[in-house]
Amino acid sequence: MTAQAELEQETETMTVREAIRQGLREELERDEDVYLIGEDVGVFGGVLEVTGGLYEEFGEERVRDTPISEAGFMGAATGAAATGTRPVVELMFSDFMGVSMEQIMNQMAKMHYMFGGKAELPVTVRTTEGGGMGAASQHSGTVHTWIAHFPGLKAVAPGTAASAKGLTKAAIRSNDPVFVFENKMIYEQSGEVPTDEDYTVPIGEAAVEREGEDVTVVATQRLVGESLGVADSLEGDVSVEVIDPRSLYPLDTDTIVESVEKTGRLVVADESPLSYGTHAEIATRVQEEAFFSLDAPIQRVGTPDTHMPFSPPLEQEVLPGDDDVRAAIERIA
Amino acid sequence: MAELDLDSADGRREALRRMVTIRAFDQEAGNRFADGEIPGFVHLYIGEEAVGVGTCASLESDDYIASTHRGHGHCIAKGLDPKYMMAELYGKAEGYCNGKGGSMHIADVDAGMLGANGIVGAGPPLATGAALSIDYQDRDQVAVGFLGDGAVAQGQVHEAINLASTWDLPAIFVVENNHYGEGTPVEKQHNLDNLSDTAQAYDIPGVTVDGMDITAVAEAVAEARERARAGDGPTMVEAQTYRYRGHYEGDEEPYRDDEEVERWRDQDPIESFKDRLIERGELTQEEFDDLRAEIEASIDDAVEYAQETDAPEPSAAYEDMFVEQPPELERFANVARTDGGANGGDHR
Repeated sequence: MTAQAELEQETETMTVREAIRQGLREELERDEDVYLIGEDVGVFGGVLEVTGGLYEEFGEERVRDTPISEAGFMGAATGAAATGTRPVVELMFSDFMGVSMEQIMNQMAKMHYMFGGKAELPVTVRTTEGGGMGAASQHSGTVHTWIAHFPGLKAVAPGTAASAKGLTKAAIRSNDPVFVFENKMIYEQSGEVPTDEDYTVPIGEAAVEREGEDVTVVATQRLVGESLGVADSLEGDVSVEVIDPRSLYPLDTDTIVESVEKTGRLVVADESPLSYGTHAEIATRVQEEAFFSLDAPIQRVGTPDTHMPFSPPLEQEVLPGDDDVRAAIERIA
Repeated sequence: MAELDLDSADGRREALRRMVTIRAFDQEAGNRFADGEIPGFVHLYIGEEAVGVGTCASLESDDYIASTHRGHGHCIAKGLDPKYMMAELYGKAEGYCNGKGGSMHIADVDAGMLGANGIVGAGPPLATGAALSIDYQDRDQVAVGFLGDGAVAQGQVHEAINLASTWDLPAIFVVENNHYGEGTPVEKQHNLDNLSDTAQAYDIPGVTVDGMDITAVAEAVAEARERARAGDGPTMVEAQTYRYRGHYEGDEEPYRDDEEVERWRDQDPIESFKDRLIERGELTQEEFDDLRAEIEASIDDAVEYAQETDAPEPSAAYEDMFVEQPPELERFANVARTDGGANGGDHR
């Protein structure tokens, strides 16, 4: 589906942060079994202020502050989901995933399968990713590839305000474990967001954010907006199509392949480290299905296998951005 | 009304039946494993029967339990059918998990059994979560997290109890202290005489009871349940017990001697409870022998069923990854098959 078609309904302008908050609010209103838990999600309003105001609106039972205990509350959320409620966990920074990984990989991801499908796990985990604010290596990582790679978990990563709201709501309504990876640098980015309370973005559907003829850029999170900017600046020289997969697992292979069959050229832009990652998966699927449509080698834009350094000039050196997307396009177009 | 009323002769008889069933089941599971009929590995509960049955006796039938890698006893104590349990151990389609879980992952969520668990210490967070659901929806239930003495050293166990205590959740943590974490004695794992002393750190009651005595376990858990339902939060019950078999079947047990095993066997939970029922005049040795024979025959039937019932179709391996199945499962299933498929594309 094109992003345009989704927006052919009533919208309002809001930031990504407001869009996620609106999605959470609507789902809290819609279903009493839904509640938020995490570190400082309540009185504090979330460390990056996403849940601000929800504690006052819904109370401490439904917007529940936890101790600093990621393994404990990730496990509790898994057990709670298996027994009739629908927790929405905020993991303050995705770098803390490691602290809770046992419950994620051995319990949450495996219970439905190990039990022969007899346990449903409607749990959502929201977490923040990405560099750009000088938060250094332990608060700037991009780890969505781990989750997208691990069988039994779904992973989504919005790049626009509209998809931020739609994916959040779809994740909460899903009866599978879904991780929502929010890039912390786009919380202030504004966009048009459908106001319909039943607006969701189906998990597993990419959006063509911009149509073009010469090069396909598959971009995620912050790099969606940056790629759109590059595409606009190249207008007249190179016609760039920008696709936001929105969902990393499942991945909408068809939309990407269809685009590459048209353009013959592909750039994959994702902030995760380059080796063994999201870029590789997208590139592989494209060559499996559209090998003979490719007119040039597939290009990757990502973090060059370093951690995110603290010092701003170092961080800017490794953080993938619009100049990297532009250079990648120019190498093949 | 608790699952079993140990103040009545019928309740006591049923408790005895469940303990004997666990022992017969696990003896046969051990035999069939030794014969190579059961794949993987099995951890037997023999010797610890009073803990599982004593605990579940004091629960309501819709209460939850989260189990351990040594979970067969908890399943039977919770009322699961040995026939479908054995089918699961054999990896058969009619097993509780359709053959996808095996001994270490038997579960029956509808019966409140949230799974055996291959990860030491992973059950208590799940029990805290079940207690959170109960509390959130104001249901009249409790959740029990079983753990072994080894698991008391795990960080996530501490986190689970801390959460349950901080939020006053209706949870009970039952520590089955069988004196060995795999092959390492409890003294080498903890600097405490009683593991229940850890409860002090969470400001919850912690009691240590004789885990070879079903009534002692049942009374402690009944009190814990009452406390949990009154909104006063969790309790830790440490049951001192012993496993007669190795950590897993095939364990050569270099860490203990026969004399120690014999000392514990002298306090056998089934024998001692049976003797008490005979003393009370509500059971004769002959009746007990008949009961055991009947149970052993039913376990033989369960084995026969497990041997004969169908294995799952190989294609079932791709089912039940998700409630809403992503296209990837079909895409890659096709790759695995020799006839190619979607992944082969049009260009092969």
